[in-house]
Amino acid sequence: MDKHRHLDDELSLLRDRVLLLGGETERALERAMFALTERDTAVANEVLDNDDRVDLLEVEIDRQCIDIIALRQPAARDLRFVISVAKMAPVLERIADHACNIARAAIDLNNEPEVKPVHDLSPMAAHALSMLRAALDAFTSGDAELAREVIKSDSEINNLYNHIFHRLIELMVTEPSTASRDARLLFVAKHLERIGDYVTDICELTVYMTEAAFIKHYHQRSN
Amino acid sequence: MMTTLTALCTFAAVGILLLILAYISWRGVGSLSFRFLIDSPRPVGEGGGIGNAILGSLVLLALASALGLPIGIGVGVYLSEIGSGRLAAGVRFITDTLTGIPSIVTGVFVYAIVVLPMKHFSALSGGIALALVMIPIVARTTEEMLNLVPHSLREGALALGAPQWRVTLGVVLPAAASGIATGAMLAIARVSGETAPLLFTAFGSRFFSYYLDQPIASLTVLIYNYAISPYDEWHAQAWAATLVLVTLILGINIVVRILTRRRF
Amino acid sequence: MLASMQTATPKIEVPQRKSEAPTTEDQRREAKVAVRDLDFFYGKSQALHGISLEIPERIVMAFIGPSGCGKSTFLRTLNRMNDVIPNTRAQGEVLIDGHDIYIAGTDVVELRRRVGMVFQKSNPFPKSIFENVAYGLRINRVTKSSSELSGRVEQALKDAALWEEVKDRLKSSALSLSGGQQQRLCIARALAIRPEVLLMDEPASALDPIATSKIEELIFDLKKHYTIVIVTHNMQQAARVSDQTAFFLLGKLIEVNTTEKMFTAPNERLTEDYITGRFG
Repeated sequence: MDKHRHLDDELSLLRDRVLLLGGETERALERAMFALTERDTAVANEVLDNDDRVDLLEVEIDRQCIDIIALRQPAARDLRFVISVAKMAPVLERIADHACNIARAAIDLNNEPEVKPVHDLSPMAAHALSMLRAALDAFTSGDAELAREVIKSDSEINNLYNHIFHRLIELMVTEPSTASRDARLLFVAKHLERIGDYVTDICELTVYMTEAAFIKHYHQRSN
Repeated sequence: MMTTLTALCTFAAVGILLLILAYISWRGVGSLSFRFLIDSPRPVGEGGGIGNAILGSLVLLALASALGLPIGIGVGVYLSEIGSGRLAAGVRFITDTLTGIPSIVTGVFVYAIVVLPMKHFSALSGGIALALVMIPIVARTTEEMLNLVPHSLREGALALGAPQWRVTLGVVLPAAASGIATGAMLAIARVSGETAPLLFTAFGSRFFSYYLDQPIASLTVLIYNYAISPYDEWHAQAWAATLVLVTLILGINIVVRILTRRRF
Repeated sequence: MLASMQTATPKIEVPQRKSEAPTTEDQRREAKVAVRDLDFFYGKSQALHGISLEIPERIVMAFIGPSGCGKSTFLRTLNRMNDVIPNTRAQGEVLIDGHDIYIAGTDVVELRRRVGMVFQKSNPFPKSIFENVAYGLRINRVTKSSSELSGRVEQALKDAALWEEVKDRLKSSALSLSGGQQQRLCIARALAIRPEVLLMDEPASALDPIATSKIEELIFDLKKHYTIVIVTHNMQQAARVSDQTAFFLLGKLIEVNTTEKMFTAPNERLTEDYITGRFG
């Protein structure tokens, strides 16, 4: 029954774009964390420089979505795909922004002596990154089950965040001399925690796209 | 090339028509006068006119129309609106065949079934003969005109709860009215030129008459009789009568044109 | 911190639409038209296969589907317009207000008075504007006086959003109107006898976009008083005007759903393929 439609070409072009944006975002997060843990300012600057490209991609996707809706009037699963992509692109861009903030924190911290708890952030970062990868995979393959798993695993990030939060507060009290650096790390942790929430949004869009189910604000986020 | 050729053909056709009209006018106009139009025929050498023949033709046409139009239109409505299948196909075939029957045959037929039992020629039998010529023409033009009425119009009326007969009478027939009127007028014009069916029926008369059971004069029969006579005066009168007949037919056609200017 | 925020945020209850049917409001209304296991035959070939469908009162239901899918045939079974076509046969039940319109002794004239119809091609009678609208009233002997007649004609023309455009020339020919006006005249003609159900067979397919949008606005207004069933080839039109949509394919009813659901997330794969233009 299927026949080739011009719309299909446009939709696949849109899919390529959003995956490209996803890839850029993933890399930005990975490199920012590398810059932080390996104290590599050059890599951090690289992340910041690349952000323009991310912004540009987002705008481009936005325009493409509007064009398709205006000119092709997609319906049903096509419509859900376009709407999901249109909502997903700004989310990815914001994740990249958080990565930039982490990169900026890395530059600042690299100018000062190292503080130990930096390494405690690694598992959290690794988890955020794997969540993001899994979310993009779920989107690409239209796998709502995987998307739901990813949403569930967000609680893990929240647990890690709570743990780091308490540890850093403790450190600030016991060792006030490193307090400003600890505060920076606290922000990095907060960025990672936010990224987890954004990844959750992406997964919700994937579930909407594949099953037409609105699960936003419904699913249990309780720990 | 094509244009030139078709232009030549058109010119030939129109030219011949104009030639006929001009020739008839030239030959006929000499004997034409007001007296000629209202007087009845006189013996050779005394002049006389064709008034009785004009009246007779009008009576015959009225009679033929009164009989032929309702029946013809009725058959047309049946074929278009009601009849279907074999019966309608049969009726359609018969009307087509009737159209092709030579009018002299119709005349002889009416002679056999009307004139012989009545034992004399009559205006009525002439009217019947002309009506028989008209019916198939009117029936088929009516059917065609009704078929031109879009089906959606019938559905529109039916959807408003109109029964079939109201749809036909109130919507379909009025919609086709001008077309049917055209067909009717053309049929009248056609029979007004008929001579053959009248020879054995209305027969002809040298006097004014409007009695339906008596023989009656008609322009065509008068023209026929005068044209084959040995007298030059009658030949001239035949030409004048021809001119009157042609004018009459032309008049009917003009009326048709005016009638068919659609009001809606 | 996040955890505490979550407990503080009350759960937002978004009512989820059931896919099978109609909004809760629709469900409360009684079905105006209910069709059960309807088969329809043109001679020996079956055009409709076991259609079952309920149309609630005062909504707009759109029938969509590719050409020849039976949607028009089905529409025409609802006022027995198919009776006009020789060698046709309907089997099953079509209930209007609970009464089967196919049982023996049904007054078809009365039925068509209650179930009006507007056709694809506007078909005004070759009469004046006034007489077109008055036709149904006259043949059904609805009005008792000529003032009542002209009152009803005026009201029908107003309901069809045509009054302002024609009030000064009611006596002129209906054929002098533009295509869009003619179609609205046909709607006025149908409305004049105050039907309960209005069937529309692609009412805007021959009109330009402006005339089309006028008809669509009109349909929107009319559903306050009438139950409207519209067949359309234009899916965007179905999306714009209808509350519920039924999708037909090869003489079968594939899916009935709320229009929102139909156009964002239909239940059936076939519906989805049709709506997204994947049909070959």
